[in-house]
Amino acid sequence: MSNVAPLLQVKNLRVEFPTRRGTLVALDDVSFDIAPGEVLGVVGESGAGKSMTGAAIIGLLEPPGRIAKGEILLGGRRIDNLRYEEMRRIRGKEIGAIFQDPLTTLNPLYTVGRQLAETMTTHLPIGPGEARKRAIEWLEMVGIPAAAQRIDSYPHEFSGGMRQRVVIALALCAEPRLIVADEPTTALDVSIQAQVIALLKRLAREKGTAMMLVTHDMGVIAETADRVAVMYAGRVAEIGPVREVVKHANHPYSAGLMASIPPLDRRVERLAQIDGAMPRLSAIPKGCAYNPRCPQVFDKCRTYRPDLINAGTTQAACWLYDTEAPRG
Amino acid sequence: MFAFIISRILQAVPVMLTVALISFAMFAYVGDPVAIMLGQDFTEAQRDQLVRDLGLDQPFWVQFATFIGHAAQGEFGLSYRLSRPVAELIAERAPATLELAFTAAALALLIGVPMGVYTGLYRHSWLSRFFLTFSLIGVSLPTFLIGILLILVFAVWLGWLPSFGRGDTVNLGWWTTGFLTVSGLKALVLPAITLGLFQLTLIMRLVRAEMMEVLRTDYIKFARARGLPNRVVHFGHALKNTLVPVITIVGLQLGAIIAFAIVTETVFQWPGMGLLFIQSVGAADIPVMSAYLMLIALVFVTINLIVDLLYYAVDPRLRIGRGKGGH
Repeated sequence: MSNVAPLLQVKNLRVEFPTRRGTLVALDDVSFDIAPGEVLGVVGESGAGKSMTGAAIIGLLEPPGRIAKGEILLGGRRIDNLRYEEMRRIRGKEIGAIFQDPLTTLNPLYTVGRQLAETMTTHLPIGPGEARKRAIEWLEMVGIPAAAQRIDSYPHEFSGGMRQRVVIALALCAEPRLIVADEPTTALDVSIQAQVIALLKRLAREKGTAMMLVTHDMGVIAETADRVAVMYAGRVAEIGPVREVVKHANHPYSAGLMASIPPLDRRVERLAQIDGAMPRLSAIPKGCAYNPRCPQVFDKCRTYRPDLINAGTTQAACWLYDTEAPRG
Repeated sequence: MFAFIISRILQAVPVMLTVALISFAMFAYVGDPVAIMLGQDFTEAQRDQLVRDLGLDQPFWVQFATFIGHAAQGEFGLSYRLSRPVAELIAERAPATLELAFTAAALALLIGVPMGVYTGLYRHSWLSRFFLTFSLIGVSLPTFLIGILLILVFAVWLGWLPSFGRGDTVNLGWWTTGFLTVSGLKALVLPAITLGLFQLTLIMRLVRAEMMEVLRTDYIKFARARGLPNRVVHFGHALKNTLVPVITIVGLQLGAIIAFAIVTETVFQWPGMGLLFIQSVGAADIPVMSAYLMLIALVFVTINLIVDLLYYAVDPRLRIGRGKGGH
């Protein structure tokens, strides 16, 4: 990947929420790249900052949240400091978004055809007739049966899985270079999840679209992603190729996360778990945020916060891999 | 759709019958029509004759059925006060009230909705704060006071607009309109503002609350994520989703505007049905009062039917199992 210019670069991103009780740091020093056509999986517990990272990239952080530091570059162009109108032209056109719950992401009062067509006529130089024709093609592409008839149906006339297919069509219809998919299968039946992921993966590959896939589901990551970023308490704990992170995680948190996936090939009495809970944003401990829960914690972890360090196969934000100062 | 309309009309029948019963009961319990019609000098025989002529010796239900039968044909008898057919009196006055009511409603909608959208979108701007403060005045000041203040400022001090009456009207045969003359339009301004101001502020506050609710939804965030222009997101996606509650309230309020134009019509001596009603109450003119009551009930029932039909036009989710037959 290193020889290809990255499509998306997130550099030292810091997102803050000013509140009455002081500023909460929701994301701190988050950095990663996504190459054209690459799928980056982002995993972590609820509240780790996965969705927040996605929202920052598409420029739709919930106020009063704001980017306090760092840069986001798309194809080498800085996009984190654009004015609303400039960023609007990028959303949908350059960066598509898929949200978690397909039951609430579609406007209930407009037909799916109208929503597809308005997205395309907004971003592409085509008229309403052409947009309608393409809308039918997109519905076919995402596997809606009898697309030509269903185009005039309202969202409530589709099942959850079908609605998420429509959402995928909406995210892809202006042919963006990057998709930010925020837990696209979490709200779906397990039987539907695999279909939707397979569809997303196939379309992304066919169109050469890069994807940032936020999810809790390690199975989805293992199957879909090229690389994985593990997030913890608003920071990237580890990032690396999917096989390495899933099989040989270097950061103790990623290792714990992977160990808690139940094995299918044997019975276990008790699922492995990580003791404790992720700290609240207002009470992130000094040093490494993971230190109170880490089985391999040592003194340095309680005082100094580690940056991403080369840990051989992956990069991990962990003092265990700090070669300059031996543990002690 | 047709079956739905029929069923709603059938549902309206008991409502209208109940109102008719109350209207009819007024004749029996508010004053004695025989005494009123006979005057001061009469014999027992004359009285019996009149009771028989008027059918007042018939059983209650027979009298009521006769009343309904006549009412259905638009016949409400003679006004005690003016000795003219009630239907004629009301038909003469209705255009004035309806023109006033629709102008007030249009004013309330055309100004209230954009103000609601604006204050919902830009909650913290100084203009929003100004609108909200202004709307508190609109909500809290009584109608007659607003009317009198407007007269004081625009009719007495500035002398720009007339303080009473309807100005010159044009007779279109079955309808007299004040829309076609300058003096008619000028006369309409103050009463329409007086009548519409409360509705305007109510609509503004309702639209604002609904907009704030809708703007938080996922489909609005998704519409933004799709890069749709703000104009489309705000006035298309968001505003349309606020319409169902807004239609409900506007429908009810339109009925209220027509029915309770009484105060405004009294303040401005507007020659409409409300003024007719107040004058009739003063003279215990039962036929006019009862006809007015039934007419207002009919207006409410009709508006409610239209509101229900508009729901179906706006929200496709309500159409399941009706008309299109779902899927």
